[in-house]
Order: sequence, then structure tokens, then C-alpha cells
Amino acid sequence: MSEETFKSVKDLPSTRLLCGGTPMCSGCGALEALHEIYDILGKKTVFVNAAGCMTLLSIYPFTPFRGSWLYTAMASAPAGAQGVRDALDILIEKKQMPPEDDLQVVVLTGDGAAYGMGLSSTSAAIDRELDFLYICYDNEGYGNTGQQFSAATPHAAKTATSKGPRGYPGYKKDLFSIWAAHKPPYVATVVGSEPLDLAKKIEKASELKGPRLIIAFSPCPTGWGFDPKLSVEIGKLAVKSGVWPLKEYIDGKVIHTKIPRKRVPVEEYLKVQGRFSHLFSPKRNEELISEIQARVDAYWKEVEG
Amino acid sequence: MKRRLLTGNGAAAWGARLANVDYVPAFPITPQTEIIETLGSWIDSKEMAGRMVTLESEHSMVTAAGAAAATGVRVFTATSSQGLLYAMEMLYTVAGWRAPFVMVNVSRGLSAPITLEPDHNDILAARDSGFLQIHAATCQEVLDSVLMAYRLSEDARVRLPVIVNLDGFYLSFTREPVEVPKEDKVLSFLPPFDPENIRFRASTPISQAVAVLGGGPYSYFRYETHLAALNALSVFDEISVEFGRFFGRSFDAVEAYRTEDAEFVFVMMGSFATKAKEATDRLREAGWLVGLVRPKLFRPFPKEHFLKLLKGKKGIAVIDQNISMGKGGVLYTELASVLYGSLDDGPVMASFIGGLGGRDISSEEFFEIAKVIRRAAEEGKAPPPRLLYTEEELREMRKLQVIANAERNQAGKRVGKKDE
Ligand SMILES: Cc1ncc(C[n+]2csc(CCOP(=O)(O)OP(=O)(O)O)c2C)c(N)n1
Ligand code: SF4
Ligand SMILES: [Mg+2]
Repeated sequence: MSEETFKSVKDLPSTRLLCGGTPMCSGCGALEALHEIYDILGKKTVFVNAAGCMTLLSIYPFTPFRGSWLYTAMASAPAGAQGVRDALDILIEKKQMPPEDDLQVVVLTGDGAAYGMGLSSTSAAIDRELDFLYICYDNEGYGNTGQQFSAATPHAAKTATSKGPRGYPGYKKDLFSIWAAHKPPYVATVVGSEPLDLAKKIEKASELKGPRLIIAFSPCPTGWGFDPKLSVEIGKLAVKSGVWPLKEYIDGKVIHTKIPRKRVPVEEYLKVQGRFSHLFSPKRNEELISEIQARVDAYWKEVEG
Repeated sequence: MKRRLLTGNGAAAWGARLANVDYVPAFPITPQTEIIETLGSWIDSKEMAGRMVTLESEHSMVTAAGAAAATGVRVFTATSSQGLLYAMEMLYTVAGWRAPFVMVNVSRGLSAPITLEPDHNDILAARDSGFLQIHAATCQEVLDSVLMAYRLSEDARVRLPVIVNLDGFYLSFTREPVEVPKEDKVLSFLPPFDPENIRFRASTPISQAVAVLGGGPYSYFRYETHLAALNALSVFDEISVEFGRFFGRSFDAVEAYRTEDAEFVFVMMGSFATKAKEATDRLREAGWLVGLVRPKLFRPFPKEHFLKLLKGKKGIAVIDQNISMGKGGVLYTELASVLYGSLDDGPVMASFIGGLGGRDISSEEFFEIAKVIRRAAEEGKAPPPRLLYTEEELREMRKLQVIANAERNQAGKRVGKKDE
């Protein structure tokens, strides 16, 4: 495995394979991650997409992709990947297509599809050991429909369907562990604001075969309520505060690729986002802020042992 | 040509095998399962090439089928009833992709109440999806339809997925002698799939199924799909002539039985039409000038065939094995829309609902239908729609209701006691 390709930020490609001019919001953390991912995956790819913000990347007659694209539906992008992968294999086997024409099959969906509606088709694709890369851009809600809460929404966040004083009552689902429980070759979390870590993981993932997942934490100015210029900063804060652990599952083990030794208080991350503003005004909600901090602390205590 | 005793499901599997399909995404459901089990065992024993994959739902199954067809391989799949409805979002989607492949549906009544027995509400729910529909009435027709369906689906003027429908139990599990054509003959009638520009390849990147903005492009693509479906009318007739040349039996879009001199005509789809055929013979013996018209092709709707066959008739009885809640029989409605204003002095029409959930239609009932339509023609007035249901059936139903009520009261008393 050539983990060596990306030793420092200077080694990162600056090809910008994905064209600009898409209708994504400015400061979209999902698009940021996708830019970085696409530069490494390259154009010998077919993206199989489920309903979400990224569906609007390809609007007739334009596409920002140099490679191929197939939009499916919200629930079944992994099944679409199955059909494409199997058909490509059949064509190569029957010598109706030269092997050079083969494509890496990449599923691209939001968290709503990945954590919820598409979880059954995803789990089954892993069972079948489908050779595909799943990229989930996680903006922690149903963004395209106006940021209602999804199974990826964090505790206490205000969304279009959790507007009360305590925000979203549930807790973010642990999709990483759900995938890992299937024992696939590779699972990793990334964020666009940590491009070196992201590049290493995408490269590693693309060299493996079988079902592989990348969950890209995707700060979303529109849905989370912050100035688009803070997008990268919020991504960094999510890592520094320990809210978004950067890790990978490989060979049956979970490895944290970046352990924030001196974590900044979670509050620093929360207070810059409109979706958590009810924790600070009109009155500080100490109980909820401490609960969120305690959960993050407990997570890292377990990691650090 | 070999004749074998095959069930409808067996005939469907033979159709797929002879079509040399590359890929079979599958999911079990009664009464369809025998089809995928048969194909699975042939593939396992290498009697048949091709790859089969069992998905976790019909929604995924149809997604995989469409995606594989859109990548350029020949795809076969099969389902029934609840499965077809579970996949409904994807039926519309893959038809919009213009992905050519063939799916067999084994008709079964829809839940609720849940049943295993057949009627056509499942397949008719897919009516507007963009899938073309061929309805078989015999096991031979099932096999022939699958071969016809691939020609139709892959034709560059059409390029739409096709459903071949057969009735659960009555066809799926009934053995009939079926002529299984020789492989080389099928190969000349149905050469390997040439996907032309349908593909995903590194050297020729393409975006399929992209979004559109606004009603302009949306209307364009939707209407284009409609026109492609309409093209399938003349393409079907063309292929049907070839089919006759190759296999020595005809496969017309619409079957006409003893209609030439008929004054009154039954119109029915699927295997229950064989009951109407039988009744037609009996009625003829009794001096009635009756006939039967049965569309095999339902989408696109063979309007001109109907007009030609029904011109000059006094009365038409449409017997629908389906029910559109709040409207009535679907075939009746479709046919009325075709006849209205198209024929001078058009025939009087009567609507009957029968065969729901596999309920039999007896010979006497066809006699009664004939009487109703003759009276209507004499009076020049269409009769109200009718459900085929006997007094005896109603008595039996009442008995069940009495038991259900008694059970409910008993249960109520038991709960009451606990509370005390
Ligand atoms: C079957 C179905 N139900 C609902 C929708 C409406 N819908 C479109 S996008 C979307 C949200 C998807 O959320 P996510 O996967 O997180 O992607 P995001 O919008 O955040 O990019 C929903 C609910 C749909 N397209 N299909
Ligand atoms: S709503 Fe959020 S995820 Fe969607 S395009 Fe806008 S910033 Fe990106
Ligand atoms: Mg989302």
C-alpha cells in the first residue's frame, strides 16, 4: 500500500477535476470534501447518487464530473452500484469491453440516505461483498428538503423539525460502528478541512476491494446557520473539540488517525452555529452543554484508555 | 421443436434462458418464486450462462436491473403483487432511464386483505410507469411473450422496459404442453443485445438520469417516453410477423376469437379469458352470435386493433379482473375512452368486475353477461356496472361475518372479566 504518496499538504493534487459552477451553497462542506475526494479518485469512476443536495450537481445538460454519473433514488443507490458493477464485470468477462474501460463504482449519498432510508440496501450490498466505495457526506440532516433532523443529527441541534428549546432529542447514530460490524475491508471518517488525512484515507480505500465507506463530515452553512466563510474553521473545530473523531476501521481494528491531545471545549464548536444558539441565549443551558461535553469526554476516555 | 409440459413459471424461465440473459437480479415472492429458483438452478449447474444476484428487496432488485441494463447487458427479473408495488418508485425511474429489460410479473391480488390468489390490480398499478405490458393467457404465450418482449424492449425506436404478465396459480402453477423453440432459431430471431450507446465506460464518460430544472425539459423527456411507447405499436406488429415466420405460430397484439360475425363481444385480459373462450363456444352452440377480444398488448394500448375488431358490433361486455376504487373496471374505462367518438353508431358497453382474488367466473355467468348486454343493446342504454358475485357466495360470507362477530363478542367478554 502506497501510503507514501501523501506525506505533506504539498503532495496533495491541485488538479481540481470537479468543475466549478455548481448550484451548491457557498461554503458547502460537502462539496469541499467531494472536490478533494474526486481529485484522488479520478475520472475513471461512475458516481451512483441518491436523492439529496448533491443530486443537483448534474442538471441537464451540465455535469461537473469528468467521469460518469447515475442518479437512482433515495433508498437504493447501493443496489444501483450492484447493477453497474455486475454489468461491468459481465462485459469484461464476455470480452465485450476492454478491462481499461473499467470503472470504480462510487456511491454518493447524504446522511439521510446512508443512516436511514438506504441502510437496508447498504447492509445487503456489504453482505454481498459488493466491490464499491460509499461516500456519505454527512451534513447531519435532510439538507435538500430544508434541514429536518435525520438519524445523523446530533443531540440538541435545532432543525426544521426540532425547533423546541432542547432541540433534537435523539442522539447521532453510530454509522461507523454499524458498518464495522459487517466487517468490511475499510471504513473511515474524514472532513474536508483536514485534507491530508482525507487524501491518505481515500487513497487507501481506492486500493482495496469490496465494500468501503467514507463518512465525510460536512459543515453546512445553510442548514447549520453560520457564515459560509467559517466552513473550514468549523470543520477544524469539530476535530479539535473531539466532536468528529478522525478514524478508520481496517483489518478488524479501529485506529484513530488524529487524536486531539488538548481538546478545545465543545462549547467553542457549538457557539458559532445557529443550530445551537438556543444553548447560549436567551439563557445559557449549562445542563445541555455539559451533557454534550461529557459525552465527548467519555468517548475519548475510552479511546485513550 | 420440442414440446414439454411446463408451468407458466417454467415457461417464463425458459423464455429467459432462451433469450440468453446476462443478469438476473432476484427476490422471492409467491407465486413467482419458482421462476428464479429454476433460473438459479440452471445457472448453478451451468446449463445456463448468466449471473444471478438476490437483492434484499424488489426496490433494490429493480434498481439493480435498471442500472445493469443502463450499463449494457441483457437483464431479466421477475416479481409479483406486493413486490411490484414495493418496487413502484423504481419502475417509473428505470423506465425514465429508458433502460431496456424484461420483467415477468405473476399477478396476485394486493393487500389488504392479504391473499395469494390472482387478479390484475398489481400489474395495473404499473400502468402509467413507462413499462410496456404484455399479458399472457397460456403457458405457451408466456414463453413467446418473453422473446417478443426482448425484441420490443431493445428496439432502438422503443427502448423501454417491458413487463410480461401471467396470472398466479391459474398459469404460474398449471402445466400445459409448451413448444420450446431451438436455441439457434431463437438466436436468429433474437440476436444478442446491442446496447449501442447505452453504457458506462471509462473512455466514454456519460451522465444518465440527471435532474432537470423546470417543466420545459421535464415535459420534453416525459412526452418523448410516451412517443417511444406509442412507437411500440407498429414495432410490435412488425416483430409479430417475424415471430410467425420463425416459429410458425402467430403472436398478435390482440386476440380475436369468433368475432367476425359476432354481435356481442366479451373483452378480457389474461388467463381468465380462456373461460370466456369456452363460454363463447357454448353460447354459439345455443345460437348466440358472441365473440371474444383479448388484448395481449396492454401498453401501448392497441387502439386501432380494437376499433377494427369492434366496429359494427351491437354490444360489448368488458370483464375486469381488477377494481379502481371509486371508479370501477380499468379496462372498461380505457376501452370506453378509445371507442367514444371513434365509431359512428358505436356499440353499447357494459362493465363487469369478476375474478378478484382468484374468484372463479362460471359459464352461467357468461350466459348472464350475454343476456345483460343484449338487453342493453335493445334498449340502447348502458346498464350499471356489476360485480360478479352469487347469492350463495353472499350467504357464505354472511356466515363468516356471524362467526367473526361471535368471536369478537367472546373476546370482549374475556377482556371484561379480567377487568373485574
Ligand atoms: C423516497 C423519497 N422520499 C423523500 C424524498 C425527498 N428528499 C429528497 S432529498 C431528501 C433529503 C436527503 O437527505 P440526505 O441524504 O441527508 O442528503 P442531503 O439532502 O442532506 O444532501 C429527501 C427527504 C425523496 N427524494 N425520495
Ligand atoms: S444545504 Fe448544506 S449540504 Fe446542501 S448544498 Fe447547501 S451547504 Fe451544501
Ligand atoms: Mg444530509
